[in-house]
Amino acid sequence: MGMAAAEWKFHVLAVDDSLVDRKLIERLLQKSSCQVTTVDSGYKALEFLGLRQGTESNDPTALSPSPQEVNLIITDYCMPGMTGYDLLKKLKESPAFKNIPVVIMSSENVPARISRCLEEGAEEFFLKPVRLADLNKLKPHMMKTKLKNQKLEEIITPSNDENGTVAAVEPEIKDSVEMEIIKMLPIQSETEPKRVLLQVVQQEEQMLSNNKRKSMEEGLSTDRPRPRLEGIATAV
Amino acid sequence: MELVQMQKSLQDYTKSLFLDGVLDSQFLQLQQLQDESNPDFVSQVVTLFFQDSDRILNDLSLSLDQQVVDFKKVDPHVHQLKGSSSSIGAQRVKNACVVFRNFCEQQNVEGCHRCLQQVKKEYYLVKNRLETLFKLEQQIVASGGMIPAMELGF
Repeated sequence: MGMAAAEWKFHVLAVDDSLVDRKLIERLLQKSSCQVTTVDSGYKALEFLGLRQGTESNDPTALSPSPQEVNLIITDYCMPGMTGYDLLKKLKESPAFKNIPVVIMSSENVPARISRCLEEGAEEFFLKPVRLADLNKLKPHMMKTKLKNQKLEEIITPSNDENGTVAAVEPEIKDSVEMEIIKMLPIQSETEPKRVLLQVVQQEEQMLSNNKRKSMEEGLSTDRPRPRLEGIATAV
Repeated sequence: MELVQMQKSLQDYTKSLFLDGVLDSQFLQLQQLQDESNPDFVSQVVTLFFQDSDRILNDLSLSLDQQVVDFKKVDPHVHQLKGSSSSIGAQRVKNACVVFRNFCEQQNVEGCHRCLQQVKKEYYLVKNRLETLFKLEQQIVASGGMIPAMELGF
């Protein structure tokens, strides 16, 4: 890979047919330290990801024309042609992209719509207008991906850097849970880091399911397989 | 006019927009997104809103002037305007759109015509007020001053 940890930014693909809302979500995401790509339709989103109608192959490396991977997709619900729900379904049906977290935004608070999206696999549902505080719900996803990328880096290019991973973490993290995680990161030994990471990531997954935005109705079941982390939970 | 005077005028003017319900707290959210790296964010978004809205209002006028009104065309336009006005905090425009959509649902042509007039009225009002606000800001910046942060305690 060769990419320094400091350069990597969580890449979000934002989909919205409204020009005003695209501008707004772009700025909100930038302010939350994300790299942003905006498109104005579900079709363009699929194109960007490399999924063209009827030409999908099962080889993930052949698919995406974009130089960088997409870490999260945030999409408006009400769009002409392909709705956000349609896009969500297409993504979840795709072997290559079903593990990318998807967030749905809508200006209308319709409980049936919200539960349908969550059941189809959306991670979160934001009511518009979206605010900075809403984007804090994305932080667990960002941390998880960042840790995964950092660990992958280390596995591929093991280093004797005595600063370890702590130095690579961005200083502006203020959330106390994130501080907990950072404290757990200092590497003790060769085998230690992988085990520590697994614990940390399991905590994150717990946080994720606690923070999930539920529908207005009580007792909604969100029985879905949790995304599995490949390549990290190896035998220690 | 002295800089301090201008800054006070801007604050009073902005405050009045909130008190009159022309703007709501979403506008404050926009201001929070503006910083040294994006010093013109608010005016950029608002300009996009004006361009978008001018187009939508034009389309709406055309749609409602047809012999047979196609509500399947009218409603999405109003929905879009409701969305964008909500996104920038143009509260009265948004509220007028909500009423408009109700009449669309009832397929009430007369009601829709009245609503369009109301939406236009609120839109031109917020447009006028925001353009004045931006002018005040520009005068302050041109005089070497800073735009005072909005006090939230009113």
